[in-house]
Amino acid sequence: MTAPPPAPHGIVELRAVTKTYPGQVHALRGVDLTIARGDLLAIVGPSGSGKSTMLHMIGTLDRPTSGTVRVAGYDVATLTDRELSALRSRQLGFVFQHFHLAPGVSALDNVADGLLYSGTGRRARRERAAAALERVGLGHRLRHRPSELSGGEQQRVALARAVAGDPPLLLADEPTGNLDSGAGAGVLSLLADLHASGTTIAIITHDAEIAGWCARQVRLRDGLIVDGHDHDHPSPVELLRGARR
Amino acid sequence: MTGHHHERPTPARLSPGDVLRVGAAGLRARPTRVILSALGIAIGIATMIAVIGISASSREQLLRQLDRLGTNLLTVAPGRTMFGEDAKLPVGALAMVQRIRPVRTAAATGGVEATVRRNNHIPDTVTGGIAVQAASTELLATLEGTVVKGAWLNAATARLPAVVLGSVAADSLGLARTGVQVWMGGRWFTVIGILGPMPLAPEIERSALVGFPAAEELLGFDGYPTTIYERSSDAAVESVRDALPRTVNPRNPEEVTVSRPSDALAAKAAATGAFTNLLLGLGAVALLVGGVGVANTMVISVLERRREIGLRRSLGATRGQVRVQFLAESLLLSALGGLVGAVLGALATTAYALSRDWPPVVPPWALGGAVAATLVIGTAAGLYPAMRAARLSPTVALATT
Ligand SMILES: Nc1ncnc2c1ncn2[C@@H]1O[C@H](COP(=O)(O)OP(=O)(O)OP(=O)(O)O)[C@@H](O)[C@H]1O
Ligand SMILES: [Mg+2]
Repeated sequence: MTAPPPAPHGIVELRAVTKTYPGQVHALRGVDLTIARGDLLAIVGPSGSGKSTMLHMIGTLDRPTSGTVRVAGYDVATLTDRELSALRSRQLGFVFQHFHLAPGVSALDNVADGLLYSGTGRRARRERAAAALERVGLGHRLRHRPSELSGGEQQRVALARAVAGDPPLLLADEPTGNLDSGAGAGVLSLLADLHASGTTIAIITHDAEIAGWCARQVRLRDGLIVDGHDHDHPSPVELLRGARR
Repeated sequence: MTGHHHERPTPARLSPGDVLRVGAAGLRARPTRVILSALGIAIGIATMIAVIGISASSREQLLRQLDRLGTNLLTVAPGRTMFGEDAKLPVGALAMVQRIRPVRTAAATGGVEATVRRNNHIPDTVTGGIAVQAASTELLATLEGTVVKGAWLNAATARLPAVVLGSVAADSLGLARTGVQVWMGGRWFTVIGILGPMPLAPEIERSALVGFPAAEELLGFDGYPTTIYERSSDAAVESVRDALPRTVNPRNPEEVTVSRPSDALAAKAAATGAFTNLLLGLGAVALLVGGVGVANTMVISVLERRREIGLRRSLGATRGQVRVQFLAESLLLSALGGLVGAVLGALATTAYALSRDWPPVVPPWALGGAVAATLVIGTAAGLYPAMRAARLSPTVALATT
């Protein structure tokens, strides 16, 4: 059947997911996780525990060795590589520790390029890019190149690129890892705003304080979730709001 | 969301404009490298266009010259007797040729056993390659030649110790003006004229010409013509050619050789381009090396831009779209080289042709071939790097530091 069964619970569901890299590296060893729409989730754990690997599974950038991954109701195993690309362009936004901005290209075009694969016309791409940059507080930096922006500003451009297409799910791998605490706080407050407007967000972080700001934490160790399997009742957004001060 | 059926997600198509823009953006980010690797293609294309263009210009020049000189000039010369000896044209041959109806004008020359020198101190074994010939007064008109200095022979000067020099003969004697005396056959002759170039009769360019009567009286000329030149209407050339041997020597027509000087020019025009194959081969090698350069640039580019590739995949680019991006980049790179090469080749052709007073000709098929070649090279050079880029796993690409 072309139509996958509907997602019973969340926007993301991992069931008994394992990932083994060549050389018997068991990065994930049976992970169960449900992310509900509207979650603000922190993924924590020591280095090498499988956080990025799990985020790649959630983001359909890679396929599990075994187990089931469902994103937005689709069983990833039933989709071709092309269809996964289409799924990413519509459902997912990514923010990385390294901003991955094209050097020598203006902030506006960097963000507009993020919509290239969504079927949006060039004009509309630029308009939406300008709006997204406005939203992250860089409306006055549209023409600036990455080299003319601070680290925090660059990450905000990357964030604008991730959300310019209004994806329901935003995945961030240590988004503040390369930023000082002030710039990091700026990025976090933007994430909080996005969450408040309905975007589901999962953030990998080493920072206990940031993890504390999130309504929900999942702790990984040696490829297993050791804490936070169950979907707690989402903590009120106010909790995060309060933490932002 | 839950509880209802999904359609399978289908990726959006990139518009051709977006494909070009993404490809061009990749090039713009690395201008130095782009210029250097496009240069290889440019050199190859420029070489080939210039080689083809210069040979086409030279051919065009010959054809125009042929057009101007006409193809209706025939020459009659003695062949060999059936015993293998040198034959002679009858003394009255010229008059007989002039009587053929379609013949408009005819003239004769006859070889004279004499040399021409600036003075009598130079030994007469030094001929300077100049032939002394008796010429009938119609020769200049028949060859449609020009006099650059002085005058041509007329009925009066044809009896006097007067000589007209062909252009090459005047040059090798070091003479640029008339009125000078030259030493010929043991006496002084006055130079009364110098002729212009005669592309259809180079032997006249290398001659010192005196009138028939003067040659017979002063130089011991036997009166036998050695070449008869004649022009007829274009339409009658073939029939005149057939009639000439019988007319000139009715008893032994096989001892007469008829030829058309313009045939040599036509053959030269047809042969132009044969020697260019080697140069074309060189251009092709340069083009091939250029293609390898483009492929190399693209492979390096893919290696360096793994993070960009990973990012694009995370943004929803399909493998096909990544492949198309790098192919477009390779094609643009190669096309840029091809464009520059075509312009350089055309400029080189024009400069060379103008320096030689040729009409510059760059055949359109050569330009079309250049476009086709760059497209083939761009595709061939980009295919492997593009496949590598497309095969890259998004996570591995993103993990690159
Ligand atoms: N492509 C790969 N090939 C082989 N092994 C890999 C690959 N990617 C990750 N690993 C291994 O899988 C394990 C989990 O890696 P992962 O990147 O998910 O850790 P992490 O929790 O994100 O660590 P960090 O906090 O340092 O980013 C590690 O042992 C790592 O070496
Ligand atoms: Mg990681």
